[in-house]
Amino acid sequence: MSISTYKIPIGPIHPSLAEPMTFNFEISGERIQSVDLAPGDNHRGIEFMARNRNVVQIIYLAERICGICSASHPFAFCRAVENAAGIEVPPRAEYIRVIIAELERIHSHILWAGIAAEELGFNSVLYLSWKVREEVLDLLEMLTGNRINYGMYMVGGVRRDITEEHIPQIRKTLEYYKDAYQTLEDVFLKDPSIALRTKNVGIMTYEDALHLASVGPTARASGVKKDVRQDQPYSAYADMDIKAITPDIYSGEVNGDVFDRIIVRILEVFQSVQIIEHCIDNLPDGEILSEPKIIKLLGVLKKAKGEGVGRHEAPRGEVIHYVKLNESENPEVWKARAPTYNNLMSWLPMLQRQEVADIPIVVASIDPCIGCMDRVTLVDSNTSKEQVLTREELIKLSIEKTRRILR
Amino acid sequence: MDFLNAKDLLSFLQKNLKENIVESHLETRTAGIKKEEFHNIWLEVKREKFRDTVELLMTLQYPHIAIIAGNDNGETVDLVYLFSLFYGEKFKEISINIKVSLDREKPSIESITDLIPGAQTTEREIKEMFGVEFIGLPEMRNIFLPEDFPKDVFPFRKEQKGLDELVQKES
Repeated sequence: MSISTYKIPIGPIHPSLAEPMTFNFEISGERIQSVDLAPGDNHRGIEFMARNRNVVQIIYLAERICGICSASHPFAFCRAVENAAGIEVPPRAEYIRVIIAELERIHSHILWAGIAAEELGFNSVLYLSWKVREEVLDLLEMLTGNRINYGMYMVGGVRRDITEEHIPQIRKTLEYYKDAYQTLEDVFLKDPSIALRTKNVGIMTYEDALHLASVGPTARASGVKKDVRQDQPYSAYADMDIKAITPDIYSGEVNGDVFDRIIVRILEVFQSVQIIEHCIDNLPDGEILSEPKIIKLLGVLKKAKGEGVGRHEAPRGEVIHYVKLNESENPEVWKARAPTYNNLMSWLPMLQRQEVADIPIVVASIDPCIGCMDRVTLVDSNTSKEQVLTREELIKLSIEKTRRILR
Repeated sequence: MDFLNAKDLLSFLQKNLKENIVESHLETRTAGIKKEEFHNIWLEVKREKFRDTVELLMTLQYPHIAIIAGNDNGETVDLVYLFSLFYGEKFKEISINIKVSLDREKPSIESITDLIPGAQTTEREIKEMFGVEFIGLPEMRNIFLPEDFPKDVFPFRKEQKGLDELVQKES
Protein backbone atom coordinates (compact mmCIF):
# COMPACT_ATOMS: atom_id res chain seq x y z
CA MET A 1 0.00 0.00 0.00
CA SER A 2 1.48 3.32 -0.98
CA ILE A 3 1.28 6.39 1.20
CA SER A 4 -0.46 9.19 -0.64
CA THR A 5 -0.36 12.80 0.39
CA TYR A 6 -3.16 15.26 -0.14
CA LYS A 7 -2.91 18.91 -1.03
CA ILE A 8 -5.16 21.26 0.93
CA PRO A 9 -5.19 24.92 -0.03
CA ILE A 10 -6.84 27.08 2.61
CA GLY A 11 -7.74 30.67 1.91
CA PRO A 12 -7.18 33.34 0.82
CA ILE A 13 -10.16 35.56 1.43
CA HIS A 14 -12.57 35.72 4.26
CA PRO A 15 -14.04 39.07 5.17
CA SER A 16 -14.32 38.56 8.93
CA LEU A 17 -10.88 39.78 10.04
CA ALA A 18 -7.80 41.42 8.55
CA GLU A 19 -5.06 39.72 6.55
CA PRO A 20 -6.43 37.17 4.11
CA MET A 21 -3.90 34.44 3.66
CA THR A 22 -3.46 31.20 1.73
CA PHE A 23 -2.05 28.02 3.22
CA ASN A 24 -1.16 25.10 1.02
CA PHE A 25 -1.02 21.97 3.13
CA GLU A 26 0.45 18.66 2.12
CA ILE A 27 -1.23 16.04 4.28
CA SER A 28 -0.92 12.34 4.73
CA GLY A 29 -4.02 10.83 6.35
CA GLU A 30 -4.91 13.25 9.13
CA ARG A 31 -1.39 14.59 9.62
CA ILE A 32 0.17 17.67 8.03
CA GLN A 33 3.43 16.90 6.22
CA SER A 34 4.37 20.35 5.00
CA VAL A 35 2.98 23.85 4.77
CA ASP A 36 3.46 26.53 2.18
CA LEU A 37 2.39 30.09 2.92
CA ALA A 38 1.14 32.48 0.27
CA PRO A 39 0.25 35.87 1.74
CA GLY A 40 -0.23 39.07 -0.23
CA ASP A 41 -3.93 39.15 -0.93
CA ASN A 42 -4.34 42.10 1.36
CA HIS A 43 -1.32 44.12 0.24
CA ARG A 44 -2.75 47.61 -0.02
CA GLY A 45 0.44 49.51 -0.83
CA ILE A 46 0.05 51.74 2.22
CA GLU A 47 3.74 52.71 2.22
CA PHE A 48 3.37 53.64 -1.44
CA MET A 49 0.35 55.81 -0.71
CA ALA A 50 2.38 57.60 1.95
CA ARG A 51 4.78 58.95 -0.68
CA ASN A 52 2.27 61.67 -1.49
CA ARG A 53 1.38 62.50 2.09
CA ASN A 54 2.99 64.61 4.77
CA VAL A 55 3.90 63.29 8.21
CA VAL A 56 0.68 64.30 9.94
CA GLN A 57 -1.43 62.72 7.20
CA ILE A 58 0.56 59.50 7.49
CA ILE A 59 -0.34 59.17 11.19
CA TYR A 60 -3.95 58.59 10.17
CA LEU A 61 -2.88 56.23 7.41
CA ALA A 62 -0.77 54.27 9.89
CA GLU A 63 -3.72 54.08 12.22
CA ARG A 64 -5.64 52.26 9.52
CA ILE A 65 -3.06 49.53 8.89
CA CYS A 66 -4.85 47.42 11.47
CA GLY A 67 -8.26 47.79 13.06
CA ILE A 68 -7.32 46.02 16.26
CA CYS A 69 -3.88 47.52 16.92
CA SER A 70 -4.95 50.96 15.86
CA ALA A 71 -2.91 52.58 18.64
CA SER A 72 0.28 50.62 18.00
CA HIS A 73 1.13 51.78 14.51
CA PRO A 74 0.65 55.53 15.11
CA PHE A 75 2.56 55.14 18.40
CA ALA A 76 5.55 53.56 16.64
CA PHE A 77 5.33 55.97 13.71
CA CYS A 78 5.25 59.06 15.93
CA ARG A 79 8.25 57.74 17.87
CA ALA A 80 10.14 57.18 14.62
CA VAL A 81 9.44 60.73 13.43
CA GLU A 82 10.34 62.18 16.84
CA ASN A 83 13.62 60.27 16.78
CA ALA A 84 14.36 61.43 13.24
CA ALA A 85 13.55 65.08 13.88
CA GLY A 86 14.68 65.25 17.52
CA ILE A 87 11.32 66.25 18.99
CA GLU A 88 10.82 65.94 22.75
CA VAL A 89 7.50 64.66 24.09
CA PRO A 90 6.04 66.15 27.31
CA PRO A 91 5.90 63.63 30.20
CA ARG A 92 2.13 63.82 30.57
CA ALA A 93 1.70 62.84 26.93
CA GLU A 94 4.05 59.88 27.40
CA TYR A 95 1.82 58.58 30.19
CA ILE A 96 -1.40 59.07 28.23
CA ARG A 97 0.16 57.26 25.27
CA VAL A 98 0.92 54.27 27.47
CA ILE A 99 -2.55 54.25 29.02
CA ILE A 100 -4.19 54.08 25.58
CA ALA A 101 -1.73 51.45 24.33
CA GLU A 102 -2.34 49.24 27.37
CA LEU A 103 -6.12 49.61 27.18
CA GLU A 104 -5.78 48.42 23.62
CA ARG A 105 -3.77 45.41 24.75
CA ILE A 106 -6.56 44.41 27.15
CA HIS A 107 -9.19 44.50 24.44
CA SER A 108 -7.00 42.78 21.85
CA HIS A 109 -6.00 39.87 24.11
CA ILE A 110 -9.56 39.25 25.27
CA LEU A 111 -10.79 39.44 21.68
CA TRP A 112 -8.20 36.82 20.78
CA ALA A 113 -9.22 34.60 23.69
CA GLY A 114 -12.80 34.68 22.47
CA ILE A 115 -11.79 33.75 18.94
CA ALA A 116 -9.61 30.91 20.19
CA ALA A 117 -12.56 29.56 22.17
CA GLU A 118 -14.77 29.74 19.10
CA GLU A 119 -12.23 27.77 17.07
CA LEU A 120 -12.40 25.07 19.70
CA GLY A 121 -16.18 25.01 19.64
CA PHE A 122 -16.99 26.87 22.83
CA ASN A 123 -19.29 29.56 21.56
CA SER A 124 -20.53 30.41 25.04
CA VAL A 125 -16.94 31.30 25.99
CA LEU A 126 -16.74 33.57 22.94
CA TYR A 127 -19.81 35.45 24.16
CA LEU A 128 -18.45 35.62 27.69
CA SER A 129 -15.04 36.96 26.61
CA TRP A 130 -16.45 39.53 24.27
CA LYS A 131 -18.85 40.69 26.96
CA VAL A 132 -15.84 41.21 29.23
CA ARG A 133 -14.11 43.09 26.39
CA GLU A 134 -16.97 45.58 26.00
CA GLU A 135 -16.03 47.42 29.21
CA VAL A 136 -12.64 48.50 27.91
CA LEU A 137 -14.10 49.55 24.56
CA ASP A 138 -16.62 51.74 26.40
CA LEU A 139 -13.78 53.29 28.36
CA LEU A 140 -11.77 53.93 25.18
CA GLU A 141 -14.81 55.54 23.64
CA MET A 142 -15.15 57.81 26.64
CA LEU A 143 -11.47 58.78 26.57
CA THR A 144 -10.96 59.17 22.83
CA GLY A 145 -14.38 59.33 21.21
CA ASN A 146 -13.94 56.10 19.28
CA ARG A 147 -14.06 52.40 20.01
CA ILE A 148 -11.29 51.77 17.48
CA ASN A 149 -9.05 54.16 15.48
CA TYR A 150 -8.67 56.44 18.48
CA GLY A 151 -6.92 59.34 16.73
CA MET A 152 -4.96 60.04 19.92
CA TYR A 153 -1.39 60.08 18.73
CA MET A 154 0.34 63.10 17.24
CA VAL A 155 4.00 63.83 16.59
CA GLY A 156 5.16 65.39 19.85
CA GLY A 157 2.39 64.14 22.11
CA VAL A 158 -1.27 63.22 22.16
CA ARG A 159 -4.33 65.05 20.91
CA ARG A 160 -6.68 64.65 23.88
CA ASP A 161 -6.05 64.96 27.57
CA ILE A 162 -7.21 62.63 30.33
CA THR A 163 -8.99 64.88 32.81
CA GLU A 164 -9.95 64.50 36.47
CA GLU A 165 -13.47 63.44 35.48
CA HIS A 166 -12.09 60.46 33.55
CA ILE A 167 -10.05 59.02 36.41
CA PRO A 168 -12.91 57.46 38.49
CA GLN A 169 -14.25 55.68 35.39
CA ILE A 170 -10.79 54.33 34.52
CA ARG A 171 -10.38 53.03 38.08
CA LYS A 172 -13.82 51.42 37.95
CA THR A 173 -12.92 49.64 34.71
CA LEU A 174 -9.61 48.45 36.16
CA GLU A 175 -11.44 47.02 39.19
CA TYR A 176 -13.79 45.25 36.77
CA TYR A 177 -10.82 43.62 35.02
CA LYS A 178 -9.26 42.57 38.29
CA ASP A 179 -12.45 40.65 39.02
CA ALA A 180 -12.70 39.40 35.46
CA TYR A 181 -9.19 37.97 35.65
CA GLN A 182 -10.51 35.25 37.96
CA THR A 183 -13.24 34.38 35.47
CA LEU A 184 -10.78 34.29 32.56
CA GLU A 185 -8.37 32.14 34.54
CA ASP A 186 -11.13 29.69 35.48
CA VAL A 187 -12.45 29.48 31.95
CA PHE A 188 -9.20 29.30 29.99
CA LEU A 189 -6.49 27.99 32.29
CA LYS A 190 -8.34 25.65 34.65
CA ASP A 191 -10.81 24.09 32.24
CA PRO A 192 -9.75 20.52 31.41
CA SER A 193 -11.25 20.46 27.91
CA ILE A 194 -9.34 23.57 26.75
CA ALA A 195 -6.19 22.04 28.22
CA LEU A 196 -6.85 18.78 26.33
CA ARG A 197 -7.26 20.57 23.01
CA THR A 198 -4.33 22.95 23.39
CA LYS A 199 -1.60 21.22 25.40
CA ASN A 200 1.14 19.72 23.20
CA VAL A 201 -0.52 21.17 20.10
CA GLY A 202 1.28 23.56 17.74
CA ILE A 203 4.62 23.45 19.53
CA MET A 204 7.38 25.90 18.70
CA THR A 205 10.70 25.38 20.45
CA TYR A 206 12.89 28.08 21.95
CA GLU A 207 15.45 27.66 19.16
CA ASP A 208 12.82 27.95 16.43
CA ALA A 209 11.41 31.09 18.01
CA LEU A 210 14.87 32.67 18.00
CA HIS A 211 15.86 31.52 14.52
CA LEU A 212 12.58 32.54 12.91
CA ALA A 213 12.73 35.96 14.60
CA SER A 214 9.34 35.54 16.28
CA VAL A 215 8.00 38.40 18.36
CA GLY A 216 5.44 39.07 21.04
CA PRO A 217 3.41 36.50 22.95
CA THR A 218 4.27 33.91 20.28
CA ALA A 219 7.98 34.17 21.14
CA ARG A 220 7.41 34.58 24.88
CA ALA A 221 5.28 31.42 25.02
CA SER A 222 8.34 29.57 23.71
CA GLY A 223 10.45 30.98 26.52
CA VAL A 224 12.13 33.90 24.70
CA LYS A 225 12.02 36.73 27.24
CA LYS A 226 11.67 39.42 24.60
CA ASP A 227 9.51 42.46 25.15
CA VAL A 228 10.37 45.97 23.96
CA ARG A 229 8.74 47.41 27.08
CA GLN A 230 11.36 45.54 29.09
CA ASP A 231 14.39 45.49 26.79
CA GLN A 232 14.42 49.07 25.54
CA PRO A 233 11.73 50.86 27.54
CA TYR A 234 10.25 54.07 26.21
CA SER A 235 7.60 56.59 27.26
CA ALA A 236 6.20 55.77 30.70
CA TYR A 237 7.43 52.16 30.54
CA ALA A 238 10.90 53.41 31.47
CA ASP A 239 9.60 54.48 34.90
CA MET A 240 8.27 51.02 35.66
CA ASP A 241 9.85 47.66 36.10
CA ILE A 242 8.24 45.53 33.45
CA LYS A 243 9.14 41.90 33.08
CA ALA A 244 8.44 39.87 29.95
CA ILE A 245 5.79 37.27 30.76
CA THR A 246 6.67 33.67 29.97
CA PRO A 247 4.40 30.69 30.76
CA ASP A 248 6.69 29.31 33.49
CA ILE A 249 5.51 32.15 35.77
CA TYR A 250 2.13 30.42 35.90
CA SER A 251 2.71 26.75 35.21
CA GLY A 252 6.38 26.35 36.12
CA GLU A 253 7.36 25.02 32.70
CA VAL A 254 7.72 26.17 29.10
CA ASN A 255 6.31 23.92 26.41
CA GLY A 256 5.80 26.42 23.61
CA ASP A 257 2.36 25.01 22.78
CA VAL A 258 -0.99 26.71 22.22
CA PHE A 259 -1.84 26.46 25.91
CA ASP A 260 1.31 28.43 26.79
CA ARG A 261 0.25 31.15 24.37
CA ILE A 262 -3.11 31.35 26.17
CA ILE A 263 -1.30 31.65 29.54
CA VAL A 264 0.92 34.49 28.29
CA ARG A 265 -2.00 36.50 26.93
CA ILE A 266 -4.25 36.04 29.97
CA LEU A 267 -1.41 37.08 32.30
CA GLU A 268 -0.63 40.08 30.11
CA VAL A 269 -4.17 41.37 30.53
CA PHE A 270 -3.50 41.57 34.24
CA GLN A 271 -0.05 43.10 33.66
CA SER A 272 -1.69 45.82 31.56
CA VAL A 273 -4.12 46.60 34.38
CA GLN A 274 -1.16 47.12 36.73
CA ILE A 275 0.64 49.33 34.20
CA ILE A 276 -2.42 51.56 33.73
CA GLU A 277 -2.86 51.79 37.50
CA HIS A 278 0.74 52.95 37.86
CA CYS A 279 0.25 55.52 35.09
CA ILE A 280 -2.89 56.99 36.68
CA ASP A 281 -1.28 57.17 40.12
CA ASN A 282 1.78 58.94 38.75
CA LEU A 283 0.25 60.97 35.93
CA PRO A 284 2.45 64.10 35.65
CA ASP A 285 0.99 67.56 35.08
CA GLY A 286 1.77 69.73 32.13
CA GLU A 287 1.37 70.03 28.40
CA ILE A 288 0.18 67.19 26.20
CA LEU A 289 1.72 68.40 22.95
CA SER A 290 5.14 69.86 22.30
CA GLU A 291 3.76 71.91 19.39
CA PRO A 292 -0.03 72.33 19.33
CA LYS A 293 -0.09 74.22 16.02
CA ILE A 294 0.02 71.61 13.27
CA ILE A 295 1.07 74.06 10.54
CA LYS A 296 4.06 75.07 12.65
CA LEU A 297 4.88 71.43 13.35
CA LEU A 298 4.79 70.61 9.64
CA GLY A 299 7.10 73.55 9.04
CA VAL A 300 9.62 72.07 11.47
CA LEU A 301 9.32 68.60 9.94
CA LYS A 302 9.77 70.03 6.44
CA LYS A 303 13.20 71.29 7.45
CA ALA A 304 14.20 68.16 9.37
CA LYS A 305 16.77 65.73 8.08
CA GLY A 306 17.56 62.36 9.59
CA GLU A 307 16.59 58.78 10.16
CA GLY A 308 14.59 57.37 13.01
CA VAL A 309 13.32 54.05 14.24
CA GLY A 310 10.23 53.78 16.39
CA ARG A 311 9.47 50.60 18.30
CA HIS A 312 6.45 49.68 20.32
CA GLU A 313 5.29 46.44 21.89
CA ALA A 314 1.86 45.93 20.35
CA PRO A 315 -0.52 43.23 21.62
CA ARG A 316 0.82 40.83 18.99
CA GLY A 317 4.48 41.72 19.33
CA GLU A 318 6.96 44.36 18.35
CA VAL A 319 5.83 46.99 15.85
CA ILE A 320 8.76 48.77 14.23
CA HIS A 321 8.67 51.81 11.98
CA TYR A 322 11.58 53.29 10.06
CA VAL A 323 11.33 56.88 8.82
CA LYS A 324 13.79 58.92 6.79
CA LEU A 325 13.18 62.66 6.58
CA ASN A 326 15.03 64.58 3.91
CA GLU A 327 14.07 68.26 4.08
CA SER A 328 10.95 67.81 2.04
CA GLU A 329 7.19 67.88 2.46
CA ASN A 330 6.86 64.10 2.54
CA PRO A 331 9.15 61.60 4.26
CA GLU A 332 11.61 59.99 1.86
CA VAL A 333 11.12 56.50 3.28
CA TRP A 334 8.52 55.04 5.57
CA LYS A 335 8.69 51.37 6.38
CA ALA A 336 6.19 49.84 8.76
CA ARG A 337 6.43 46.35 10.10
CA ALA A 338 3.60 44.60 11.89
CA PRO A 339 4.29 41.68 14.25
CA THR A 340 2.45 39.08 12.18
CA TYR A 341 4.99 39.69 9.40
CA ASN A 342 7.70 38.17 11.58
CA ASN A 343 5.43 35.53 13.05
CA LEU A 344 4.44 34.19 9.60
CA MET A 345 7.36 31.78 9.56
CA SER A 346 6.47 30.54 13.05
CA TRP A 347 3.56 28.66 11.54
CA LEU A 348 5.90 26.30 9.71
CA PRO A 349 7.25 24.42 12.77
CA MET A 350 3.94 24.80 14.62
CA LEU A 351 1.85 23.12 11.94
CA GLN A 352 4.26 20.24 11.27
CA ARG A 353 2.72 16.85 12.12
CA GLN A 354 -0.52 18.41 13.38
CA GLU A 355 -3.99 17.11 12.64
CA VAL A 356 -6.27 18.84 10.13
CA ALA A 357 -8.79 19.50 12.91
CA ASP A 358 -6.10 21.39 14.83
CA ILE A 359 -5.36 23.82 11.97
CA PRO A 360 -7.85 26.49 13.17
CA ILE A 361 -6.52 26.69 16.73
CA VAL A 362 -2.83 26.49 15.77
CA VAL A 363 -3.22 29.17 13.11
CA ALA A 364 -5.20 31.33 15.55
CA SER A 365 -2.66 30.81 18.33
CA ILE A 366 -0.21 33.41 16.98
CA ASP A 367 -3.13 35.87 16.94
CA PRO A 368 -3.26 36.68 13.24
CA CYS A 369 -6.57 36.73 11.52
CA ILE A 370 -8.15 33.39 11.31
CA GLY A 371 -10.36 34.96 8.68
CA CYS A 372 -8.57 33.17 5.91
CA MET A 373 -10.21 29.87 6.73
CA ASP A 374 -12.61 30.52 3.94
CA ARG A 375 -12.54 27.59 1.61
CA VAL A 376 -10.65 24.35 1.78
CA THR A 377 -10.11 22.13 -1.23
CA LEU A 378 -9.01 18.58 -0.62
CA VAL A 379 -7.30 17.08 -3.67
CA ASP A 380 -6.37 13.42 -3.72
CA SER A 381 -3.14 13.37 -5.70
CA ASN A 382 -3.73 9.80 -6.92
CA THR A 383 -7.30 10.07 -8.14
CA SER A 384 -7.46 13.86 -8.60
CA LYS A 385 -10.73 13.74 -6.73
CA GLU A 386 -11.69 17.15 -5.38
CA GLN A 387 -13.57 17.90 -2.26
CA VAL A 388 -14.31 21.42 -1.12
CA LEU A 389 -14.51 22.25 2.57
CA THR A 390 -15.87 25.58 3.74
CA ARG A 391 -14.71 27.46 6.79
CA GLU A 392 -17.80 26.21 8.62
CA GLU A 393 -16.95 22.61 7.83
CA LEU A 394 -13.37 23.04 8.98
CA ILE A 395 -14.54 24.54 12.24
CA LYS A 396 -17.08 21.70 12.47
CA LEU A 397 -14.15 19.27 12.28
CA SER A 398 -12.49 21.13 15.12
CA ILE A 399 -15.68 21.16 17.20
CA GLU A 400 -16.22 17.46 16.61
CA LYS A 401 -12.73 16.78 17.89
CA THR A 402 -13.49 18.68 21.10
CA ARG A 403 -16.71 16.72 21.55
CA ARG A 404 -14.86 13.45 20.93
CA ILE A 405 -12.31 14.29 23.59
CA LEU A 406 -14.97 15.31 26.09
CA ARG A 407 -16.95 12.10 25.67
CA MET B 1 25.67 35.79 28.87
CA ASP B 2 27.75 38.93 28.69
CA PHE B 3 25.92 42.07 27.79
CA LEU B 4 27.99 44.66 26.02
CA ASN B 5 27.06 48.30 26.20
CA ALA B 6 26.59 50.20 22.96
CA LYS B 7 29.98 51.94 23.08
CA ASP B 8 31.86 48.68 23.59
CA LEU B 9 29.82 47.01 20.89
CA LEU B 10 30.60 49.77 18.42
CA SER B 11 34.33 49.66 19.17
CA PHE B 12 34.19 45.85 18.88
CA LEU B 13 32.69 46.23 15.41
CA GLN B 14 35.15 48.97 14.45
CA LYS B 15 38.09 46.85 15.60
CA ASN B 16 36.98 43.87 13.52
CA LEU B 17 35.69 45.59 10.42
CA LYS B 18 38.22 48.44 10.25
CA GLU B 19 38.09 50.28 6.94
CA ASN B 20 35.04 48.34 5.77
CA ILE B 21 32.85 50.62 7.86
CA VAL B 22 31.78 53.54 5.69
CA GLU B 23 30.10 55.46 8.47
CA SER B 24 29.11 54.78 12.05
CA HIS B 25 27.62 56.72 14.92
CA LEU B 26 25.90 56.27 18.25
CA GLU B 27 22.42 57.64 18.71
CA THR B 28 21.60 58.73 22.26
CA ARG B 29 18.00 58.79 23.42
CA THR B 30 16.32 59.28 26.76
CA ALA B 31 13.21 57.68 28.16
CA GLY B 32 10.90 58.28 31.09
CA ILE B 33 10.59 61.12 33.57
CA LYS B 34 14.08 60.42 34.90
CA LYS B 35 15.46 60.81 31.34
CA GLU B 36 17.42 57.58 31.46
CA GLU B 37 19.84 57.36 28.57
CA PHE B 38 20.24 54.54 26.10
CA HIS B 39 22.13 54.21 22.84
CA ASN B 40 21.51 52.76 19.42
CA ILE B 41 24.07 52.04 16.73
CA TRP B 42 23.91 53.21 13.13
CA LEU B 43 26.38 51.58 10.84
CA GLU B 44 27.09 51.69 7.14
CA VAL B 45 29.24 48.87 5.79
CA LYS B 46 30.57 47.93 2.40
CA ARG B 47 28.36 45.55 0.47
CA GLU B 48 30.99 42.78 0.35
CA LYS B 49 31.43 42.81 4.12
CA PHE B 50 27.77 42.83 5.10
CA ARG B 51 27.54 39.08 5.62
CA ASP B 52 30.72 39.12 7.70
CA THR B 53 29.17 41.84 9.88
CA VAL B 54 26.15 39.64 10.57
CA GLU B 55 28.43 36.69 11.32
CA LEU B 56 30.34 38.92 13.71
CA LEU B 57 27.11 39.81 15.52
CA MET B 58 26.29 36.12 15.75
CA THR B 59 29.42 35.49 17.79
CA LEU B 60 27.93 37.73 20.50
CA GLN B 61 24.30 36.63 20.54
CA TYR B 62 21.77 35.37 18.02
CA PRO B 63 20.62 38.67 16.48
CA HIS B 64 16.96 39.45 16.02
CA ILE B 65 16.14 40.83 12.60
CA ALA B 66 13.12 43.10 12.51
CA ILE B 67 12.97 44.10 8.86
CA ILE B 68 14.91 45.46 5.92
CA ALA B 69 13.87 48.95 4.85
CA GLY B 70 14.61 49.73 1.23
CA ASN B 71 15.14 53.12 -0.38
CA ASP B 72 15.70 53.90 -4.02
CA ASN B 73 17.21 57.39 -3.93
CA GLY B 74 17.71 57.65 -7.67
CA GLU B 75 21.42 56.80 -7.66
CA THR B 76 21.71 53.78 -5.40
CA VAL B 77 19.35 51.34 -3.75
CA ASP B 78 19.96 51.57 0.00
CA LEU B 79 18.96 48.81 2.36
CA VAL B 80 18.74 49.36 6.11
CA TYR B 81 18.74 46.14 8.11
CA LEU B 82 17.16 46.69 11.52
CA PHE B 83 18.74 44.30 14.02
CA SER B 84 18.57 44.14 17.77
CA LEU B 85 20.86 42.37 20.23
CA PHE B 86 20.84 41.52 23.96
CA TYR B 87 17.19 41.13 24.90
CA GLY B 88 16.08 40.09 28.36
CA GLU B 89 16.95 42.93 30.72
CA LYS B 90 15.92 46.52 31.15
CA PHE B 91 17.80 48.98 28.92
CA LYS B 92 20.25 46.29 27.81
CA GLU B 93 18.91 45.82 24.31
CA ILE B 94 20.76 47.66 21.56
CA SER B 95 19.29 48.40 18.15
CA ILE B 96 21.82 48.05 15.38
CA ASN B 97 20.78 49.53 12.07
CA ILE B 98 23.10 48.42 9.30
CA LYS B 99 22.98 50.28 6.02
CA VAL B 100 24.25 48.91 2.72
CA SER B 101 24.37 50.81 -0.57
CA LEU B 102 23.79 48.81 -3.74
CA ASP B 103 24.30 49.59 -7.39
CA ARG B 104 20.99 50.75 -8.82
CA GLU B 105 21.37 49.08 -12.22
CA LYS B 106 22.05 45.61 -10.91
CA PRO B 107 21.56 45.54 -7.14
CA SER B 108 22.65 42.33 -5.46
CA ILE B 109 23.72 41.25 -2.00
CA GLU B 110 24.36 37.96 -0.24
CA SER B 111 21.38 36.41 1.47
CA ILE B 112 21.53 35.83 5.22
CA THR B 113 18.69 33.31 5.33
CA ASP B 114 21.12 30.47 6.04
CA LEU B 115 22.32 32.34 9.12
CA ILE B 116 18.93 33.69 10.22
CA PRO B 117 16.03 31.76 8.62
CA GLY B 118 13.60 34.39 9.89
CA ALA B 119 15.00 36.88 7.35
CA GLN B 120 13.33 35.07 4.47
CA THR B 121 10.06 37.01 4.42
CA THR B 122 11.72 40.40 4.38
CA GLU B 123 14.36 39.41 1.79
CA ARG B 124 11.64 38.15 -0.51
CA GLU B 125 9.72 41.39 -0.08
CA ILE B 126 12.75 43.54 -0.93
CA LYS B 127 13.53 41.26 -3.88
CA GLU B 128 10.16 41.81 -5.54
CA MET B 129 9.61 45.43 -4.51
CA PHE B 130 13.09 46.79 -5.36
CA GLY B 131 14.48 44.12 -7.69
CA VAL B 132 17.41 43.37 -5.41
CA GLU B 133 19.00 39.99 -6.08
CA PHE B 134 19.70 38.05 -2.88
CA ILE B 135 22.43 35.53 -3.67
CA GLY B 136 21.57 32.23 -2.02
CA LEU B 137 17.95 32.98 -1.20
CA PRO B 138 16.26 29.55 -1.33
CA GLU B 139 12.73 30.72 -2.07
CA MET B 140 12.49 32.81 -5.24
CA ARG B 141 8.71 33.06 -5.67
CA ASN B 142 6.85 36.31 -5.06
CA ILE B 143 5.50 36.73 -1.57
CA PHE B 144 3.23 39.78 -1.71
CA LEU B 145 2.91 40.41 -5.43
CA PRO B 146 0.87 38.04 -7.57
CA GLU B 147 2.76 35.28 -9.38
CA ASP B 148 1.91 36.76 -12.80
CA PHE B 149 3.20 40.25 -11.94
CA PRO B 150 5.57 41.58 -14.67
CA LYS B 151 9.13 40.49 -13.89
CA ASP B 152 10.75 43.81 -14.81
CA VAL B 153 8.50 46.10 -12.79
CA PHE B 154 9.52 46.87 -9.23
CA PRO B 155 6.76 48.84 -7.50
CA PHE B 156 8.89 50.64 -4.91
CA ARG B 157 11.48 51.98 -7.36
CA LYS B 158 11.48 55.75 -7.86
CA GLU B 159 10.18 55.65 -11.43
CA GLN B 160 6.97 53.90 -10.38
CA LYS B 161 4.19 56.41 -9.96
CA GLY B 162 1.33 54.06 -9.13
CA LEU B 163 -1.67 52.76 -10.92
CA ASP B 164 -2.79 55.89 -12.78
CA GLU B 165 -2.03 54.74 -16.32
CA LEU B 166 -3.47 51.29 -15.75
CA VAL B 167 -6.59 52.63 -14.11
CA GLN B 168 -7.16 55.00 -17.02
CA LYS B 169 -6.84 52.13 -19.49
CA GLU B 170 -9.26 49.95 -17.56
CA SER B 171 -11.89 52.63 -17.37
